[in-house]
Amino acid sequence: MKNPHEIIEKNVGLLTVLVLFAIALGAMAQITPLMYQQQTMEPVKGLTPYTALQMEGRDIYIREGCVGCHSQMIRPFRAETERYGHYSVAGESVWERPFLWGSKRTGPDLARVGNRYSDEWHRVHLLNPRNVVPESNMPGYPWLAENTLDGELTAKKLELFRDFGVPYTDEDIAGAKAAVQGKTEMQALIAYLQSLGTHLK
Amino acid sequence: MTTFWTIWISVITLGSIAGCYFLLRWTLANKTGVKEGESMGHEFDGIVEINNQLPRWWTIMFYITIVWGLAYLALYPGLGSYKGLLGWQSSNQGILTLEESEQKLQASIESGALIQYDREIKFANEKFDPIFAEYAKIDVETLATDPQHAEALKVGQRLFLQNCAQCHGSDARGQNGGFPNLTDDDWLYGGSGAKIVETLQRGRNAVMPAWIDAFGEDGIAEVVEYTLSLSGRQVDQELAAKGKTRFMACAACHGMDGKGNQMMGAPNLTDNVWLYGGSKRSVTETLTYGRNGVMPAFSKTLGDDKIHVVASYIYSLSNK
Repeated sequence: MKNPHEIIEKNVGLLTVLVLFAIALGAMAQITPLMYQQQTMEPVKGLTPYTALQMEGRDIYIREGCVGCHSQMIRPFRAETERYGHYSVAGESVWERPFLWGSKRTGPDLARVGNRYSDEWHRVHLLNPRNVVPESNMPGYPWLAENTLDGELTAKKLELFRDFGVPYTDEDIAGAKAAVQGKTEMQALIAYLQSLGTHLK
Repeated sequence: MTTFWTIWISVITLGSIAGCYFLLRWTLANKTGVKEGESMGHEFDGIVEINNQLPRWWTIMFYITIVWGLAYLALYPGLGSYKGLLGWQSSNQGILTLEESEQKLQASIESGALIQYDREIKFANEKFDPIFAEYAKIDVETLATDPQHAEALKVGQRLFLQNCAQCHGSDARGQNGGFPNLTDDDWLYGGSGAKIVETLQRGRNAVMPAWIDAFGEDGIAEVVEYTLSLSGRQVDQELAAKGKTRFMACAACHGMDGKGNQMMGAPNLTDNVWLYGGSKRSVTETLTYGRNGVMPAFSKTLGDDKIHVVASYIYSLSNK
């Protein structure tokens, strides 16, 4: 064999396998250990699982694509903590699946938006943001006030998260449907937003 | 991090770097069976592949990246629980409470540990704390009105835009729907420097109860007429007279004369300034369903010294 390198060059299948192996090395060193760290598994003090209503609100947050413009990750820079509060830590995201850290800030970070504004402010703001912030370019979400939740899947969602290790009790799951039924999506979303980041505030 | 994971990470990381090095050495040697500078034996449209060495500058750069990587791993925490020669850390990621965070921050500021975030805070505190402390010595009213403190008001405005404008507007004129205008002379909880500071520190929670059960729809209509008459509006006198007797219930907070009570944040109903709108419809809605106005507390977010400056800015808006 004159040129062993030629074997890889001329064999796309083998090249693919070797490339994947090289990438896997990076993942094995960077990602795998994190899954077993105390720091990424231990919740911060006072972290409570989302209530049924907050859980529904979270799904609406995902559905409406809020994560596309709002991050939920305060980085450890003074410029950020002055504006948003304490930087985000791993212990706050232990029950997040998937996490909604986001990567783009068209609007402000929401990691600690809980209790920052009143419920009424959120209602007015979500209907039409320019009613309270004339400079805002965020779209309005008026339909949230009209759609109501039926709660059909709420218990299932909580059960799924319990399988992930979130400490939901049987009562939480049994009462999930009743807790959200008839509530508007607006109420659910506001309940979710008001819960964000409050344990380190 | 356990020893197992430290070894795991170190072996993979250092092994990969070593692998890169050997791969480079291996590909540098000529194993093609073709002499340097001669054709590799294929040609397309007159373009011939020639067996050339990897460019020298490129090879050297490759070596530099390897050295760079190793130096980085020696100085910074990259290999499991190894902390690096510099002892550098970005922040205290492992904290579980705010108190713990505060303690660690203070500890590292005192010890001078190389925690990036804590250092940044330390330098900022050294720079800004004396300035704010200086402002804190001057009372809100003076800070707001004395032209020699114009600088402080600029700082106050910055803080206002960052923290208050979302509800009160960037011009501080408020919004209909329960977000008060701060530029007029109408104060719900009092407009003295001390009162503004108190509002900022502790927040406010205003409750207007719903009256539909007590008054009924007709009763509400009567009280609305009377309420509107207080600010000099044209109303149905007959209904207003009936409403006046019912207004006894409202007087507990708003006063017999309807001039409000700053002790409990009950608005003045005689001045034609309306927090939730002064149309008949809005006032009816307010009476029927009640209102709940929330001003969040800013003690924790801003701290007393910054609140002092923001309060001065707010005071200055209506006391030119």
